[in-house]
Amino acid sequence: MAIAAPVASRPRRSRRVSEQTRRSSLISYFVALVLIGLMLAPVAYIILGGFRSNSEITVDPSGFPQAWAWSNFGSVLASSSFWTQVLNSTITAVCTTAFVVALGLMAAYGLSRYAFRGRGIVYGLFTAGLMFPLTVAITPLYVLVRDLGLMNSLAGVIVPQIAFALPLTIIVLVPFLAAIPNELQEAAAIDGLGRLGFFFRMVLRLSLPGVITVGILAFIGSWNAYLLPLFILNGEASFTLPLGTQAFASQYAVDTAKVLAFTSLSMIPALIFFSLFERRIVGGLTGAVKG
Amino acid sequence: MAVLRDEMHTKEAARGSRSPAGGGAQALPPAGAPPRARSRWPKRAELLLLIGPALVVFVAFVILPVALAAYYGFFSWSGYGPATDFVGLRNYITILTDPAFLEALSHNAFIVVMSLVLQGPLALGIALLLNRRLRFQSLIRVLIFVPYVISEVVVGLGWSLMLQSNGALNGLLEKVGLGGLATDWLSDPSAAIWTLLVIITWKYVGFAVILFLAGLQGIPDEITEAARIDGASYWQVQRYIVLPLMGPTVRIWAFLSIIGSLQLFDLVWIVWGQYVAGTAGTSTMATYMVANGRSSGSYGYGNAVAVVIFLISLVVALLYQRFILRRDSAVTTTGGAH
Repeated sequence: MAIAAPVASRPRRSRRVSEQTRRSSLISYFVALVLIGLMLAPVAYIILGGFRSNSEITVDPSGFPQAWAWSNFGSVLASSSFWTQVLNSTITAVCTTAFVVALGLMAAYGLSRYAFRGRGIVYGLFTAGLMFPLTVAITPLYVLVRDLGLMNSLAGVIVPQIAFALPLTIIVLVPFLAAIPNELQEAAAIDGLGRLGFFFRMVLRLSLPGVITVGILAFIGSWNAYLLPLFILNGEASFTLPLGTQAFASQYAVDTAKVLAFTSLSMIPALIFFSLFERRIVGGLTGAVKG
Repeated sequence: MAVLRDEMHTKEAARGSRSPAGGGAQALPPAGAPPRARSRWPKRAELLLLIGPALVVFVAFVILPVALAAYYGFFSWSGYGPATDFVGLRNYITILTDPAFLEALSHNAFIVVMSLVLQGPLALGIALLLNRRLRFQSLIRVLIFVPYVISEVVVGLGWSLMLQSNGALNGLLEKVGLGGLATDWLSDPSAAIWTLLVIITWKYVGFAVILFLAGLQGIPDEITEAARIDGASYWQVQRYIVLPLMGPTVRIWAFLSIIGSLQLFDLVWIVWGQYVAGTAGTSTMATYMVANGRSSGSYGYGNAVAVVIFLISLVVALLYQRFILRRDSAVTTTGGAH
């Protein structure tokens, strides 16, 4: 049950490359290409549209840019509201991720390496949390956040996001922490490390793959979050990017090209973040899935 | 999102730590172990320090709101001040007899079924393809996951601009001489729900692929290698070895997909908005909840709708576990995907 290394090593296949396998790999590349085309076409529409002018879009909605116009992007990048939203989204995502990882790691450590009565109940409570999606809780959550005086503040988004991300974080991290050999802990204890010292000195490093996986998921989830900010943030100054994008789209409904430029810019951070860590996500989950 | 056979790990982990870890830890105290009563307190304090913060935040912002929803659901309440106007089951009776809610429920049911039918086979195929050794494998994966990574707002805005009656899709159809197929993809009630399904499939198939890839990589190579050596073709290996072994992963994905479909909100709200979703036939229980709860200032009613959604999801989840996941006794139940 040990957590397998993220990317399983595969035994080398035999060298013989027959005509058949070459043809089948050609088919594979072809299918992959078609898939990529289908998946990227709408994204390409958004990005290319940002380089067009409104009259071009009206005359020929599905065409390519005639003269690549950078002005749409320029005006979005020059607007302070865009950068305010980038900042708000960044603060929200970074805080959410940091706290989810910190609280989740601590709780997972307690749940996986301490024997105590009620552990099953506490763990069960966290797993049950996955059955309570935000959609169901949003109305009373809104009232709760309002009564706490956190309306229209990023904290009002961050704290509930932490709470809702905790169950998954704990469930992914518990097996990682439980897989750390006891011998290591005993050796550390002989060297004078208590359980807490062991936690800070060893566990943090050993559970890094799991931490990265849950961290990425929490970050992207927060960056893209819509429902909770929609309820909590109602002033332009506190908008995160998704809300800002939507507000921009309704404000400049006639300026399609600018809306498309704004939309393209707003998806860049999540894309960069994901492509940097794609391997880690699939790898980290493989670790969690492997028997 | 992805939690596959974690319950198994956890159970093993729990068992494991109960004997070696727990025992080991208790056996560890340095020579001349302190009396029990004294040694217990530091441990309790440590536990409180470790688990306490997470537990407090979780109970306050996840469990409490759901409990509050159950409470407020019995009141007619505008959201301000204490709820005093107790109406018993009236909210619930209104919900269950409101044609708009029943319609939304039927849309959810349709989306549940069609998401399984459309995304399952498609995602399996893509995962098998991506699991082969391809050059540029990493790049191909990243590109295929793009829709899953970008936000619902971007997806919704992009697609709604593209699908307007004078949008890019109709323009493209006319260019290639299929102008007759052009329609108002968003507001034509006979087309809109299918449009929604296409967008959902496009957006969330990547999630299924990620899960399936993780599952595929968990299949030991020795098994497929052995079948290869015995002369099985690529397709025979996939059909008779890989697919059956993927059973638990597929069943978990299906569960997550069902729960996600029952809670669907973002995409519908962004593309169709509060008023159009009803007439276009794409409303869901969640959009009904927000439209008739918060947006109209009836918080008691909105909470009652939340409770109904929760109960429906719970019943579906329990039935699914009872009849389908029972086969994988070591599988946990999680939510949060669409």
